Amino acid sequence: MKSGNWIASVVVGASLVAGAFAASAQEQLIPSMVYRTGPYAPSGTPTADGFHDYITLLNNRDGGLNGVKLKVEECETAYNTERGVECYERLKAMGGTIFSPYSTGITYALIDRAPTDKSVIFSMAYGRASAMVGSIFPWVFNAPVTYWSGASAAIQFFAKEVGGKDKLKGKKIAHVFIDIPYGKEPNPVLQNYADELGFKLELVPVPAPGLEQKSIWLQIRQMRPDFVYLTGWGAMNAVSLKEAAAVNFPREKILGGWYTSQDSDVVGAGPAGKGFRGLTFHSVDRDLEVVKQIKAHVIDKGQASQNGKHLGEVGYMRGVLNAVFTTEALRAAQEKFGNKVMDGEQSRWGFENLNLTEDRLVKLGLKGFIQPIKLSCDNHQGDGKILIIQWEGDKWKTVSDWIAPENQKLMPLYLAGAEQYQREKNIPARSCAKS
Amino acid sequence: MLYRESGQFKTSYSADQAIFTIPQDRVLFLLLMLAAFVGVPFVATDYLYTALIIPSLCMALAALGLNILTGYCGQVSLGTGAFMGVGAVAAWNLAFRIPELNLLVVFIIAGLIAAAVGVIFGLPSLRIKGFYLAVATLAAQFFLPWLFVKVGWFTNYNASGVITVPRLELFGWTIDQPVEKYLFTLGIVSLLALAAKNMVRSNPGRQWMAIRDMDIAAEIIGIRPVIAKLSAFAVSSFYIGVAGALYLFVYLGSAEPDGFNINLSFQALFMIIIGGLGSIMGSFLGAFFILLVPIFLTRGLPLIGLDLSTAAIAHTELMVFGALIVFFLIVEPHGLARLWQLAKEKLRTWPFPY
Repeated sequence: MKSGNWIASVVVGASLVAGAFAASAQEQLIPSMVYRTGPYAPSGTPTADGFHDYITLLNNRDGGLNGVKLKVEECETAYNTERGVECYERLKAMGGTIFSPYSTGITYALIDRAPTDKSVIFSMAYGRASAMVGSIFPWVFNAPVTYWSGASAAIQFFAKEVGGKDKLKGKKIAHVFIDIPYGKEPNPVLQNYADELGFKLELVPVPAPGLEQKSIWLQIRQMRPDFVYLTGWGAMNAVSLKEAAAVNFPREKILGGWYTSQDSDVVGAGPAGKGFRGLTFHSVDRDLEVVKQIKAHVIDKGQASQNGKHLGEVGYMRGVLNAVFTTEALRAAQEKFGNKVMDGEQSRWGFENLNLTEDRLVKLGLKGFIQPIKLSCDNHQGDGKILIIQWEGDKWKTVSDWIAPENQKLMPLYLAGAEQYQREKNIPARSCAKS
Repeated sequence: MLYRESGQFKTSYSADQAIFTIPQDRVLFLLLMLAAFVGVPFVATDYLYTALIIPSLCMALAALGLNILTGYCGQVSLGTGAFMGVGAVAAWNLAFRIPELNLLVVFIIAGLIAAAVGVIFGLPSLRIKGFYLAVATLAAQFFLPWLFVKVGWFTNYNASGVITVPRLELFGWTIDQPVEKYLFTLGIVSLLALAAKNMVRSNPGRQWMAIRDMDIAAEIIGIRPVIAKLSAFAVSSFYIGVAGALYLFVYLGSAEPDGFNINLSFQALFMIIIGGLGSIMGSFLGAFFILLVPIFLTRGLPLIGLDLSTAAIAHTELMVFGALIVFFLIVEPHGLARLWQLAKEKLRTWPFPY
């Protein structure tokens, strides 16, 4: 009954703490929600390092962004939704405007809060696929691709393997996914393709965290699918590959989503991972200019997160790419609003008018890393392209050209998903016609 | 001196039956409620509401529900998370499918549904006790979230299985500002806590405690274990169900039913063990302790000049928190509520203890 007692002391204590944390006005606070601990830490740590190091590179080499210093503030979410929400609120109170939760669960929890809080939620290639409809989700961006584009690229790749889309008829594709929102996200699109192309889709959910998959792979062996699309996460991926090896299911038939094919996943599987192929929305080239710059300006000065031990890994480069999008959006906003610290509304404008041209990418030291991309009011995804990579036992090798997801086919699904959200929440849509 | 009862005579039955029998307690309690309802909105920031106070209040209500079952009736349960899930999913379905329904009615019906489910999973308690019962409730914890994921109807066939709550409205009052959410939650939690306090002081509570202390003796003096145990399960699950509905509607805003997992169950169990088994106030103290101390540790370490990496802070937090729990359990096994009671006894003779 004495709840008030505690509340009062909590309030006094916390307001003191909050005061000490207030960010100075000359610095743009760059929130970084990370998970360096917990079951998903192997996937989260390289990304967090890459994000940190790229921002540090801008500060060291260019003195920030057009004279505005950047300050990374990390907050540990442990991939836990509650902790994530707490982190978001904390970083927002400190002045953060652009948030990348690196978790589909946390993203879903933040999507509702974004419009009232005026915070940009940038879920790079994860989160809610239909949030790319900018007219209904003005504050959410999921460039360069969504899980639905991933599913589309996977089907196109399978079609190419068998020699054409018409050849997929009568084939069997199993989707093995971790049974959390992230894993379930591609299902509607795969189902749609199955109906259209006439292949049989088997949905095989793996209960989270997916460390026990013996029976599942026996089941898959019985099913005899022609291909397996694997949407796993964290420690689950290595287990999948090992179990597949144990039942002699060829790894060449398994194609992983982009969060299923990072270095930590295949390294953990050891020899069982060799031949495994995966999607990625950026190249795995380790000789990029930006990698050299980070080496020279950050790691050699001893300012890298964990001394840059993950430099060049797939996860690390995702952190870099996330930081590139974030800072380039801020740069775009600065061009319009002046070289000062951007607020939530201005950051949002920057994202919506982000245009990474070929020239710009070369200047950033990212030649060939991603395809040029342009966001707009009604398209918050920007039609990124996808590569297929294969693990050779010690490094990734690119085995395909850039694959364009069939966005014209996905668009009706995006719109339907967004409209369902709009109906459930009873919110008005914004018009993108004039701007 | 401050808490001396001598000289304060109770002259009527109602005075004898009051929750707070001495004026000091009454004044203190009124001040606390005043601080909570009026004082906090003056000083708290959005961060405090949305990240600290509202989740703590929701979890305090869940802990209170579990305390009724475990602390008062002696039935160990590991199904708190699942029953919160039942309340949350029921409330969402009610609000989504019958939009005209008043929010309070939604919460009450969701609580009742959770109570019904709780009674069903409480049936084994009539035959089995202790650890075995804990395992039986564990079955609920694994079965119910699985059911919500498996049967698409519960989430309106949402592809990703995530449910998003509609706008909160109560008699034309749109609850969207953090302070409004806080007051709404605080109101519900206070009312339910008051009801619980009175329940445990009256006939049902005494039956529960008799069963807890020795069920055979209780049966001999005429208490029917079926009624007592199942009513404890029902009331407890009602509270936990409402807590789950609040957790989803007011705090998270959208969630996957799978998120109401065993971690929540353990969290609630730790809350009542740290706070004090068989104490209403203990449920609140425990909830605030378990939820807030880790956050203060994370934020406090950099303040005192320790410049650690994010991972190191997260690990330190776990270590310090674990050590604190062990320390508390050794020094005061009856929880924080007992500490408060000891403090009151000290205050009785302060400043001249004998």
